[in-house]
Amino acid sequence: MRALTWHGKHDVRVETVDDPEIVNPRDAIIKITSTAICGSDLHLYDAYIPTLQKGDILGHEFMGEVVDIGPGSTLKKGQRVVVPFTISCGSCFHCSKHQYSACDNGLPADNQDIAQPIYGQPMAGLFGYSHMTGGYAGGQAEYVRVPFSDVGPIVIPDGVDDDKVLFLSDILPTGWMAAENAEIEPGDTVAVWGCGPVGLFAVQSAFLMGAERVIAIDHFPRRLELAKRFGAETINYEESRTYEALMEMTGGIGPDACIDAVGLEAHGFFADNVWDQIKVSTFMGTDRAHSIRQAIIACRKGGRVSMPAVYGGFVDKFPLGAFMEKGLTLKTGQTHVQHYMPGLLNAIMEDKVDTTFLISHRMPLEQAAEGYKMFHDQQNEVTKIVLKPGMDQAPAA
Amino acid sequence: MADHLAPGEHDDAPLATAKQADRREQAANGLDEAKGDAVSGKTVTINRPRQEIYDFWRDVTNLPKVMENLVSVDAVDGQRSRWVVKAPGGGTVEWISVITEDRPGELIAWASEEGAEVPNSGRIEFRDAPGGRGTWVSATILYDPPAGFIGKVIAKMFQREPAIQARRDLRRLKQFLETGEIATAARNRRQYEEEQN
Ligand SMILES: NC(=O)c1ccc[n+]([C@@H]2O[C@H](COP(=O)([O-])OP(=O)(O)OC[C@H]3O[C@@H](n4cnc5c(N)ncnc54)[C@H](O)[C@@H]3O)[C@@H](O)[C@H]2O)c1
Ligand SMILES: [Zn+2]
Ligand SMILES: [Zn+2]
Repeated sequence: MRALTWHGKHDVRVETVDDPEIVNPRDAIIKITSTAICGSDLHLYDAYIPTLQKGDILGHEFMGEVVDIGPGSTLKKGQRVVVPFTISCGSCFHCSKHQYSACDNGLPADNQDIAQPIYGQPMAGLFGYSHMTGGYAGGQAEYVRVPFSDVGPIVIPDGVDDDKVLFLSDILPTGWMAAENAEIEPGDTVAVWGCGPVGLFAVQSAFLMGAERVIAIDHFPRRLELAKRFGAETINYEESRTYEALMEMTGGIGPDACIDAVGLEAHGFFADNVWDQIKVSTFMGTDRAHSIRQAIIACRKGGRVSMPAVYGGFVDKFPLGAFMEKGLTLKTGQTHVQHYMPGLLNAIMEDKVDTTFLISHRMPLEQAAEGYKMFHDQQNEVTKIVLKPGMDQAPAA
Repeated sequence: MADHLAPGEHDDAPLATAKQADRREQAANGLDEAKGDAVSGKTVTINRPRQEIYDFWRDVTNLPKVMENLVSVDAVDGQRSRWVVKAPGGGTVEWISVITEDRPGELIAWASEEGAEVPNSGRIEFRDAPGGRGTWVSATILYDPPAGFIGKVIAKMFQREPAIQARRDLRRLKQFLETGEIATAARNRRQYEEEQN
């Protein structure tokens, strides 16, 4: 089959590789019909994530048709399914509490040794996201092996277009969980850093959960425009000073809840003008964990900080004092996708949630490498690229 | 676990986690017939009832399912079993293991029979986990690290360090009993076979 493989920094290629097969009883093989490139994939593309190996197949946002099943699968051949990016067993203590991304059994026993010293305990497996998360082949391919297929994939009713449900695999539940973690109360003002897919779904979810106002922060006009369409007010951090703007827009109180949907690749060069004064007294620099620091400083006293954004290791100059003195709450984590899928599928079917607005480009799998470059270089225009293995090779639509 | 700490006593932490080496070694003294002196102890929580896990382990023919590098374990009689272990270069090494203590639902201890090329012994204990979380399974394994070819067999069986192997084998036991399978990232059966060797 054909698949998108990683070879190094800014070097991904579509190659011919071995087809996947059923290996374990609960496995299923899915023939991919749609597969997206995620903001998290850019961390791999930029080689920020260790333990990737040359030839690894990427991709963790995908759906398709069941073409083979093991004896322990509950799926049927021919069913259309969306697959969660987290590989979770469904039967350990954490899964029974619906903390699927903390599953004990998703990672092969040997791979668990990689994360243990960094995180204290190993996490769930992830598709196409380095060997620290299991070394599982991803779904930017024609076919993929899906472990624990009786627990993860959700069956999609006939007649529902791929584009409406594909994002159940990751970013829609991630935006939703981010808003849920913000514990929104009626009358709240919620600030969202980052208007990528995760931030935009967090904006949409925050309104659905009863936020009175949402303030969206980014520097790409097109992405801010999308946030505005959901009713958000916007701050373009290249034109305005984020902290000052947030304080003025909330009568000096600060947002009740702050959501960091940026993560470890925060564009940091603007930081100086906002932070000059504070920097002197707190030694805050301009390194890459900027958005979470700013969220903590801006958040109102006793407020909530929600952090769907991915951080990998250690962060320097974390404003622990502000966090403690103001009595903030921080909630975070890889998304417990399996927990949110059924409810969000219903919301899509009832037209309460729209996801298709996000897709700016559709292209064949063969052009995946080009897609990565576009997504990396043109974030204003490119909000989401969906790869379609079956699609004719034509100029990108 | 101690009921209370008298002055001069240590804490409630397992001996295998002690900072002082001589206290760590006391962990081995719990073994009835200690064979060897390299000790490793690890505990894992398995979301299954104590008796079920005991039964799985007591049927020694199950062990190759969860222990890497074990080719087969066959019962010779009620107490004795023949262990066949992969050796470097494609061969195998075997020995007879005898159950030295057996408390149903609680504990199994074993030791290699006199004359084994690789004297080894171990103990696995099952305790109810607090909060209804299933069972705490603790394994302690002792062996005499020999030199030469057999040393390599043992190094392979226990990988770099017995603690690592014990931890990984316990994780596989947990995976098998909780999920019915052992997690692998192999994309197909050929890759899977390669990883087994
Ligand atoms: N928790 C999870 O399970 C999970 C799942 C998916 C993605 N993520 C993470 O969520 C984050 C967002 O994902 P995405 O796909 O939306 O990414 P993205 O790269 O498409 O979007 C990030 C946005 O943040 C903006 N930005 C950069 N620096 C900023 C700053 N200092 N202030 C405000 N905005 C800034 C960028 O302009 C961009 O629009 C990433 O870290 C990703 O890894 C987490
Ligand atoms: Zn993603
Ligand atoms: Zn689990």
